[in-house]
Formats: sequence, C-alpha cells, structure tokens
Amino acid sequence: MKVDRRSFLGLGLGAVAGVAVSPIGMKLTDDSSIWTQNWPWTPVPVDGEVTYENSVCSLCPGSCGLSVRKIDDRPVKIEGLAEHPVNDGGACLHGIAGLQYLYDPARVKTPLKKNGDKFEEISWDDAIALVAGKLADLRKKGSPEKLACIADKEQGSVSGLFQRLLKTFGSPNFYTMPSLESYLEVTATALHGEGMTIGFDLENSDFVLSFGSGIIEGWGSPVNCFKANASRKARHAKLYQIESRLSNTAANADKWIPVKPGTEADLALGMCAVILKNNLFDGGATANFIGGFNKLAIMIQKEYAPSKTAEITGVKASDIEKIATLFAKAKMPVAVFGKGRGDGAQSLKELAAVHTLNCLVGNINKKGGAFVQLKSDYLEFPDESMDTIADAGFAKNKTGRYVNQLVEKVNESSKPVVEALFVYNANPCYSLHDSKSVKQAIGKIPFVVSFSSFLDETAKEADIVLPSHTFLERLEDVPSCAGLAKSVVGLTKPVIEPVFDTKHAGDAVILIAKALEGSIAESFEWETYDECLESVAAGIWDSLSEDGYAIISEGVPFGSVAVNVSFLADNPATVQARGDYELTLIPIDNMRLINAGIAASPFAIKTVSDKVLKGSDIVVEINPLTAKGLKDRGYATLTTPTDTARVMINLNEGMMPGVIGMVEGLGHTFDNKYVSNKGINVNDLIGPVIESGSGLDAAFGIKVKISKA
Amino acid sequence: MKQNNNKAHKFGMVIDLDKCTGCGSCMVSCMSENNVPFKEDESNKKDSITWMRVYKLTNGKSFPDTEIVYMPRPCQHCGGKGDHGHSPCVSVCPAVATDYGYDTGIVSQIYTRCFGCRYCMGACPYHARYFNWWDPKWPEGMENYLSPNVSPRMRGVVEKCSFCYHRYQAARDTAYYEGRDDIEEHEYQTACTTACPAGAIVFGDLNNPAHKVHQIVKPDPHPDPRNKHVVGKSRNPKVFRLLERLGTNPKVYYLSEREWVRKQGDNYLDGEWDKIKNHHGAASHG
Repeated sequence: MKVDRRSFLGLGLGAVAGVAVSPIGMKLTDDSSIWTQNWPWTPVPVDGEVTYENSVCSLCPGSCGLSVRKIDDRPVKIEGLAEHPVNDGGACLHGIAGLQYLYDPARVKTPLKKNGDKFEEISWDDAIALVAGKLADLRKKGSPEKLACIADKEQGSVSGLFQRLLKTFGSPNFYTMPSLESYLEVTATALHGEGMTIGFDLENSDFVLSFGSGIIEGWGSPVNCFKANASRKARHAKLYQIESRLSNTAANADKWIPVKPGTEADLALGMCAVILKNNLFDGGATANFIGGFNKLAIMIQKEYAPSKTAEITGVKASDIEKIATLFAKAKMPVAVFGKGRGDGAQSLKELAAVHTLNCLVGNINKKGGAFVQLKSDYLEFPDESMDTIADAGFAKNKTGRYVNQLVEKVNESSKPVVEALFVYNANPCYSLHDSKSVKQAIGKIPFVVSFSSFLDETAKEADIVLPSHTFLERLEDVPSCAGLAKSVVGLTKPVIEPVFDTKHAGDAVILIAKALEGSIAESFEWETYDECLESVAAGIWDSLSEDGYAIISEGVPFGSVAVNVSFLADNPATVQARGDYELTLIPIDNMRLINAGIAASPFAIKTVSDKVLKGSDIVVEINPLTAKGLKDRGYATLTTPTDTARVMINLNEGMMPGVIGMVEGLGHTFDNKYVSNKGINVNDLIGPVIESGSGLDAAFGIKVKISKA
Repeated sequence: MKQNNNKAHKFGMVIDLDKCTGCGSCMVSCMSENNVPFKEDESNKKDSITWMRVYKLTNGKSFPDTEIVYMPRPCQHCGGKGDHGHSPCVSVCPAVATDYGYDTGIVSQIYTRCFGCRYCMGACPYHARYFNWWDPKWPEGMENYLSPNVSPRMRGVVEKCSFCYHRYQAARDTAYYEGRDDIEEHEYQTACTTACPAGAIVFGDLNNPAHKVHQIVKPDPHPDPRNKHVVGKSRNPKVFRLLERLGTNPKVYYLSEREWVRKQGDNYLDGEWDKIKNHHGAASHG
C-alpha cells in the first residue's frame, strides 16, 4: 500500500482521535495516580477500640502515675495520670517514651547462656535448673556468703524477694546501687540514727537553698519537682542555686551562686558558721543536738569563717553572710542536697553539712522544711526458715560496705571472694565510676546471673541472662523513694501481654528458691510473684488495687528528732578530685538522658541538643576563658590521669572558668544503634575516690587537661 | 458558651518561658502522639523531624551574668497578613496540600497531596516544617505502638505540627454523639500541653473569652495602628510573638517576665527595641 500524504494525515488524525476517545489514557493516568499514592512499605496502624489503663512508671525512683492509651490490645501512647499524688498529670520524656522499651532492639527475648564469648538461647526450665545447680554447689562447699546480689534499691517486694533469697541461702552480701534515696538514708543515719530517711517539702517552702541539686534536671521525683518549681512564682518562694555550672536549675533560679566544684560542703559549713555566730539559729532546735554540737561550733568558727570559706569556695564572703542570713530568716527555708540527680558520687561531709543547715534553723518536721522520719515499711514478709548453713553464712560480715567496695575487694583479692552474683535492675558496668575496673571485677566472678530486660553492658558480662518483663508487662509495687515529702506506693500493672519469652524477676527468684529445696524453698511458699505481692502487701492491697496507689504517710511528721553532728565536728577532709591537672572535669546531669541502669530511648536521644551530642562525638562545655586556642565546635583531646578522650568543644559562658562539663548518660555500648555508640560514658573517665569515715565514693569529677586534637 | 456557637474558633497557645525547664517532655509526647519516626543519627538538626522543637536562648553575657531560657517552637499556625488565612506556607503551596482552616485557624498538612516541592519550607519563617528525606523505618515490632489517629508519612513529603488536629476531631465527635453543639476547653488539648510537667503550655480558643489562653493573651482583635497587617497583638505587656512585625500573625504566643527574652522574639536595629518595647495591643479597642 502506498502511503501518500493524504492517507498519512488521515491515519495520524485517526490515531489521535482514537487515543483521545479510548479510555486507555484515562485509565493509565488514573492507575498511575493510584500507584504513586500507594506506599505499601509505610505501615498503616490498625484501628480499634480506644481504652485507657492506669499504671505506675518504674523507670526512675520518681514513681509517677501513668495513663496508657490502648487500641484494642496495643498500647499506643503513655501520658501522665491526672490526680495522681506524685505527678498529677505531667510526665517526663522517658516515661512518655516508655513504649520504645517494649520493642527495644537490645531486649533479651529468651533466657541466654554464655558459651565462650557467645550467648546461646536456652529454655527457662534449663536456665533455672542451671542457676539452682550452681548455687547448690556453692552451699555444699560451705561458703553461701559468696553469693552476692546487686539491685537498684532496697525497697519494694521484688528487692525484698532477692534479699530473702540471699538471707535463707546464707549470705549477707546484698548491695544496692547508689541513689538519692540511699544517700538520704546515709545522711539520716549519720545525723539522726538508724532506720531514718529524709524528705523535702519543696511545694511549701518559701526559700529553697539548693547545693547543686538539679531540681529540674531529674533530681528526686522529677515531675513532682517540676511542679513545685513551676508554682514558685505564684507562692513568692525563692530558689537559690549553688553550682559551678549554669544548669537549667540555676538558670531558672532566682539566684545562681557559682562555686568551685567539690567545695559545696565547705560553703555549707561556712553558712553554718555565720548562722551560729550571728545567733540566727533556732534556740529550740539546737536543744535537739545531742552530740558534737559544741565541738562543731568551735571548729567551724575557726576553720570556716566567711573569709576563709570564700577562699576555698570562690564565693564572696559578703555573699556567704547574705545568703546564710536570708536562709535563716526565711519563714520556711529548706536546704537540699545531692548534686545533679542525686544518684552520682556524693560525700557524706557535704550531705551532712547541708542538712546541718536545716537542723540549725529548726525546719525539721515543719511545713516547708525537711521531714525526718522512720523509713516506711508497708511490706510484711513471713519469717524465713533458716537452716544452720543459712544462719552461719548470714551472720558473717558483708564483703564490703557499699557496692564500690565490693568491686574493689573482688579486684584486689587473688582468691574469689564472690563466687556467684545476681544483678537486678542495675547496670554497674556502666553507671559506677571507672567502669573498666567494674567490668574486670564482674569478669572475675565465676558465675554471674543478670535479670535484665536488655542486653546491657552488665548483662553482656553475665553467664546467664534471665530476662525480666519491662515495667509495662508486669505487676509490681513501686514505692516512691526520692526525697518526696509524702510517702506513696504505686502499683505498676501489666498493660500488655509479655512481648517476648520473659518472666517477672520475682517469679524467677521464687522458681530458683523452690529448685534449691529445703529451708529455702520453705521460705518461698507462693506459687507466683503476683500471689506473693498480694499477701505481703496485704495491709495496703485494697487501696493499691483499687486506686492504683496507697499513701503511707502525708503531711508534716510529728515530733522532733535528735541531731548528732560528731562526724562533722571532727572536720573530715573535703574529698578532692583525683589528679594534678589544672582543670576539673565534672559530670553534667541532663534531663533528656538517663545515667542509671537503662539507656535513654530513641525519642529521648532525638531531643538531645547538637551542643551535647554531634554524630558520635560527645560535646563538652567549657568557658571561652579556659578554652585558650580551642575553637567552638572544634575537636580537642581531654587527658585524665589515666586516660584520654576525643571530644568536641562547646564554648559556654555558663561554665565556671577552670571547669569542663561532660554529660552523663551517653557512650552505651550495647546493640541498639539508636542509642548506643554515641559519645563517651563519663563514668569511664572518672576514678572513684573513697571518703574516709563514710566509705562512699565521693569523687565529683576528675582533674584533666585539654589540648587541640 | 452559647454566644460562641456561630463564631469560628481560633485555636492558639501561650507558652510561659519562665516556667519552661527545657525538659523535652513536649517533644517526646508530640513524637509519640503523631507517629514521628526516628533514625540512627538525629544530631543533624536540619533533617531531624521535630514538630515541636525546644530552642535554647542565652542573653549573650559572659560568666557569671549569663542567663538561659528554653523556647518550645511548634508550628505557629499563622493567620497571614491581616489574619485573613493567607499563611506564608499556604500561599505558596501549588498542590493545596497545606490549607488554612477558617473554622479553627489551624494550618493543615495533607501528606498524600504533597509532592515534595518544599516551597512551604522556604516560605516558613519559623523552620516549623520538615521534609521526609527517607522512608520512616521502625525497629522490628515497634510499628505495634503506632497510633491509628495519625497516618505515618512516606519519603518525599513535608510534615509539621497539626495542633493535634485528630484530638479536635475526636472531641467534636464526642460532642456530636452527646448532642452538644460545641466542645469544652479541656476536651481539646494538644499532646505537648498535657505532657508539660511544668504547666508552661496553655492551649485553647483565642476567640473565647472564657478560655485561659484568651485571658492570658488578651488579643487585640483590631489591626495594629502601626502595622495594619498585624492583628491579635497581645494586650499583656509580658506576651510577645515571634517575628510579629512580619504580619504572619502566629497563634502561638510566648510569655516572659524578662525583657531580654522578649527582645529575642525579633531582630531589631540599634535603638529600635526601646522605641517599641512598650507598644502592646491597645486596650481602647475593647
């Protein structure tokens, strides 16, 4: 067929008309718009019935009430619980991000057993049998005291079960990680006697004198403190913050008093001296001083006169007198202690010196002051049945007074002083100072059992991991133990079926005890932890199960308490940071990070400023005057007496010259790429310094030098 | 609020910078409420999606006179010049993927319409908009916590704070179901507001005199005599808006007792601040 011009045009036009009329074009356009609007890889969350369940957060000692929003069986959002006695509505970022811990990539999904360098999965039955077998051998050898346990706290029924297991096994070696509560008890014991603890009535005080306590940085029960702080303006209350760095608390305070790091104790004693000298103390209250008062009064006039204190602390003598006078003359003053979050290293000299201010102005057990009372005990465990091995072992002395001394003893001794170790809700290989030596000590212990939910730094060193439920999967009593004015016990409730093959640590302990048979098994008569909790907390169970919390004590405690200041009267030496370099590296507590057992969640890490963490580099804060030659955002090498570290520089006018600040809570090394291998763990750099007399690790920072990298 | 039945809402926020502690609860509550994803490295803040972002401001003085304040920044939900709904981002969107709600004053973002030209990001003076450079990825199992109220976004679209619009929808549905014409103040609160442990954020209807946000801000309904594009200037001398003189008319107000903080709300020439610092919404306008 010949294609001439006419037929060519005709065909062409026909084709155009055909395409235009045919539905194919429209169909293809329509399809392509549908295809490009399909993102099958983007999840479509399933809808369902909305319900709310109440629980209590146990990520930190704050114990806030939570409301969990669920879609059918899926929890989708955590918020603060309104009208809860601790937090009344608000919540902190870690609690809100709680669901990220449920599906954390580092979660231990089933019991693990170390074989060489690697973990193997084993069944719960085998794991329990293995642990019980090892423990039975230890008992047979006649050294039950060589079983030790490190837990996060002493309070609560799960900790109670661990203590009970150790006691009936025959070991006195139960240890807790340092926490604000443990320091409050150490302070109360030193000044007021055994079995006491301290709370602070921040919501009512009209003058809060804080010796570095990060009242809005996670100190105490964080949300409760946020609220007390937010209401300050309306109550015409003042907050004076004594700290070597312009922390958020210092920035929010009415006055920031920069002080040389580690000299807070001296400043507090200097203020005591002013109060005594100018007769600003409460005459009635001083009648409660039963030991060392006269000696202390003479000593501080001599050693802590304003001019001398000014020299030590870097605070002007006139300011010391002015602030001491304001404090003494306030209607409801309170001095609070525990630097940062209050769970890092602290010295008893400092804790006692600050609390002596409270005792001198007579605000003990008064509204807006410090509440000193007996530790609340709401649990009633039945008497243990002890056999002769248990009696003999339990009567022996503890290997060390605190956990850091235990670590030291293990490292020093050539023979194993600890044969088996339980670790629950604690991460000593991360949170204790000089984590390298802690790891070494844990490595020396032949049999380590971790009850962690995550394969964290300590769990990685363990021989057996018995994974626990997270706080969203378990029932547990959660006593608030963080310097709150009231004593509240909350009930954590499971809001979701366990995601993995984990067990409640309480159940695991009961199973181990039963497998050990004899008097130990007799002491653990309960079938499950849930049954145990209901029976040991019977006194408050009705209110716990109905309201989700029980208030143990509230309001101003009645009566005066005796004060013994003999420890201070001997003028113990102020603990100095280790090393001879000129600059001091101090740890910074940042609300958006966690420095205790667990790591911050991916969401929390996301909120961290790029002036704290940049890529995998940690950023340190330094005053431009100190950072001679160092550029903002440039790299530098930090040298401690034992180590070096590469850091990024943030020139910060809020740092005291001569001081370098490094945030706590970074530098995790476990298998969660969203939160691990970012920055440095400041605890790796700081070496412990033990305070003589108290035995506490009191190293606030370490001496360093810094140079361009 | 009978008299408000026929009147459009104008949802807004006032943030007390003296109460804000910079704790980050609002940021995390927002991410968790709105299915915001996260990635391995979030320290490059330019590509880190934070509908609510808390900035740190300093007074620039040297030790020991330095001061710090934290400033949370959600989408400002601008009303645009003269508060007529021509927000900077809405005006430039070629796809009507972002729109102004005249009944609520909320600036929407419709992900499936957005094709990622990012004009809106260029137009926004507050850096409140974020682009999805990557598809969101959750670690195995973590999709289980996603909320069905907000659709997860995909690579190539822009997203931003919605004043938790789904919470408004839920509150309105409840009200309708219960036969009520309008919602109560407490029924519609954003996730950042309810999370704030310091109570620094107050949210509500700026048009409703019974709402706390109106009582704190006391917005002047008339145009500012000095700049007719500015409407709703606060009559509270402690309250300011960001870059207010641009006439974008944000619905997010800030409160601070400290003058240096209020001054950071805009860029001023030498001496300019002193001339206008005492200029507030006029009380005579009623």
